[in-house]
Amino acid sequence: MRQTLLRLEGLSKSYPGVRANDDISFEIGEGQMHALLGENGAGKSTLVKMIYGLVRPDAGQMILRGEAYAPAVPSEARRKGVAMVFQHFSLFDALDVAENVALGMENPPALRDLAERIRTVSEEYGLPLDPSRLVGELSAGERQRVEIVRCLLQDPKLLIMDEPTSVLTPQEVEVLFRTLRKLSEEGTAVLYISHKLEEIRALCDEATILRGGKKVATCDPREKSARELAELMVGQLLTPPERPERPFGEVVLEVEKLSLKSNNPFGTSLKNISFQLRKGEVLGIAGVAGNGQDELLLMLAGELCAPPGQVRLKGAPIGDLGPNHRRGLGLVTAPEERLGHAAAPDMSLTENALLSGSGRKRLEKGGFIDWGKTEGFAREVIERFDVRTPGPDVLARALSGGNLQKFVIGREIELDPDVIIVNQPTWGVDAAAAATIRQALLDLAGKGAGVLVISQDLDELLEVADSFAALNEGRLTQVRPAKGLTVEEIGLMMGGAGDMHVAHEAAE
Amino acid sequence: MIRLEKRKQPSRFWRIANPFLAVALTMLAGGVMFAALGKDPLVAIRLIFFDPIFSETFASYSRPQLLIKSAPLILIAVGLAIGFKAGIWNIGAEGQYIIGALFGAGVALAFFPQPGWYIFPLMVIAGAFGGFLWAMIPAILKTRFNTNEILVSLLLVYVAERILAAMALGLMRNPDQPGFPGSRDLRRYEAAHNAELFANTGIHWGVVAALIAVIFAYVMMTRHMLGFHVQLAGQAPRAARFGGVSPTRLVVICLGISGALAGLAGMFEVSGPGGQVRIEFASGYGFTAIIVAFLGRLNPLGIVFAGLLLGLTYIGGELSQMMLQIPGAAIQVFQGMLLFFLLALDFQTNYRIRLTKGARA
Repeated sequence: MRQTLLRLEGLSKSYPGVRANDDISFEIGEGQMHALLGENGAGKSTLVKMIYGLVRPDAGQMILRGEAYAPAVPSEARRKGVAMVFQHFSLFDALDVAENVALGMENPPALRDLAERIRTVSEEYGLPLDPSRLVGELSAGERQRVEIVRCLLQDPKLLIMDEPTSVLTPQEVEVLFRTLRKLSEEGTAVLYISHKLEEIRALCDEATILRGGKKVATCDPREKSARELAELMVGQLLTPPERPERPFGEVVLEVEKLSLKSNNPFGTSLKNISFQLRKGEVLGIAGVAGNGQDELLLMLAGELCAPPGQVRLKGAPIGDLGPNHRRGLGLVTAPEERLGHAAAPDMSLTENALLSGSGRKRLEKGGFIDWGKTEGFAREVIERFDVRTPGPDVLARALSGGNLQKFVIGREIELDPDVIIVNQPTWGVDAAAAATIRQALLDLAGKGAGVLVISQDLDELLEVADSFAALNEGRLTQVRPAKGLTVEEIGLMMGGAGDMHVAHEAAE
Repeated sequence: MIRLEKRKQPSRFWRIANPFLAVALTMLAGGVMFAALGKDPLVAIRLIFFDPIFSETFASYSRPQLLIKSAPLILIAVGLAIGFKAGIWNIGAEGQYIIGALFGAGVALAFFPQPGWYIFPLMVIAGAFGGFLWAMIPAILKTRFNTNEILVSLLLVYVAERILAAMALGLMRNPDQPGFPGSRDLRRYEAAHNAELFANTGIHWGVVAALIAVIFAYVMMTRHMLGFHVQLAGQAPRAARFGGVSPTRLVVICLGISGALAGLAGMFEVSGPGGQVRIEFASGYGFTAIIVAFLGRLNPLGIVFAGLLLGLTYIGGELSQMMLQIPGAAIQVFQGMLLFFLLALDFQTNYRIRLTKGARA
């Protein structure tokens, strides 16, 4: 049995109205790969924020290497050997790698020495980085390396990683895992936060599972199946979505050789995109964030205009039509950002039902709104999709992410579309809600609609998609049948794999 | 240490309480200002807020004045509020008001001295059109070249003032009195006179128009898709685009409505209480209406009350100038303070102020 590095004893933290952590105790051993598992809202973030000194516990204590440990600020945690890589990077695009690293250090050495150390450490751990490159030019995977190297330079005893693989391709994930394993062999413990079960089974030797702020189990993830872990996490039995075999009908949506400049200076322009979507088909489009997903959705939704003939709905050119016109013809969309794009945060659910439903549901006559009918429509969506809310008068921003997503997707499905396009339909949504949403999309395809799912979650795409393509720097790969595709092949489709192989060779 | 905490939901209590609190604070700070000028603050405040309506000596003159002053404020503010809700900031209502007056007066002077029932309606249309046209300059520059409508509309006020001066001294000058600047007195030209409809009430066609505008705006904002789109664009621009709102169209509509209403206000003023095109015709209604719109919480009904209050300060200001020799500029300071206090107080609608002990990292 290895030595205990950090022991948590009865940690509790409450926020107004929520008990975020309730009496949580467990141990992390020296050099251990410890997974922290749980759904959104299970209390994972609060817990690690307490360990990292961002939040103070209401009760309980922590013991680090036999000494009481109660960091008041993150810099104190760092001094004691606890480092953290956040899910959202805190890097400055306009500065180079070395400058960014220096900004995160207590006593940064001279930049030239630092650059040398960055080079050494990054090579030692198989994370090649050029200290003089601007962060703005780096890929998401490379940015993460900057964050990791920044932590490693401080020689941590415990490295906390918050959902590190959500921005990586499968090949990049492999590289990261090798690095983490090497760290573990050298005695650095890793607290690895994720809800991706296969990853945890591949990587970690112990897992603590949280649900609703409480610890439900500590186990060896390699001895459990992914399904068992998921059920511990969710606290109920999960049924995989049903997908009846069905023949596809004629083409409903077609995009042909479309190139389109992004409306955002930091966006990705679409380059020569072609695909066809048939009735009853679920087409999954994968890709690491920022490879043109937003632009593709805006273009299909009609928020970005394209040459009319290059986008066709049921054979008719629609490239230059606006969103409402397209809705009228049977094409609806649900963008990634729920609050602010798919829904107006400070408006009620009734008003948000009007947002996209006005035309297809005939909620207005000659411009005058039928509020009674609109409220009825909102109620319909709430009931059909089990949106947990006191009623349709509640503001959209008062709903939890999962509930609002069910409302937004449900609203579009209720419009009875011929084509539905969704971007990241279950991002940040709890497992039960995600299952509902996926099933609803499959049911809609079963009724003969064309469904296009853009997602960064490969498991999700493999679960729902009949056909598969990937976006890489604004280019779309050929569409291939999803059946029989391996994760390896998908990774190659998503691209960005080239320099990762080089990285291994340099490391080994 | 003082800490600011964002509220989960804007406080409804402060939203309603703040305008009243702002009025009270303005009275307080105004009192200090009057005391500094060597006047009795209590007498000055009473002269401004109470005497115009309640004093036996002044009320017979002041009461009708209240509607005369408030009507243009309400008419302009209702239009501005629609744009403000959508996040489109027309600061140049004063210019649209002037151009509307010139268009209206232009029609009248062109027909002079002919009689005809159709002349006044034509002037109404011309006035609205003039204001609309002047507002289209910032609208088109914004949609075409992405200029800032705040700057363009504001600067066009000064252009409009130069045009007004040029008209008063040149094209529209009264040919029968060449020695004096200013046009013919429209009040003496029956077909063009915006006369009082009921004796000694101050109610003229502008008051009627303001009432219609308030009802129209209320219905539009609560029952019509256009009102929904305006609010959507102001609150969540990306959601508005998702909902199929065209930003270009909205800019044109909002600036168009507010410009037309400001033009109407100018036309009713020049053909009635104002009487003639003069260099000093513009009296700041277009700017004061901004205060009215905010004080009325951008709500058509709130704007009625805010318009009456600000109208009162105009009359009270004149009264205190007459009785206490308080400088005319003091009343503008007074109106400015009102907006200042309101905006400052509105901070606590969205934030909570917390006192905490000790420093925080």
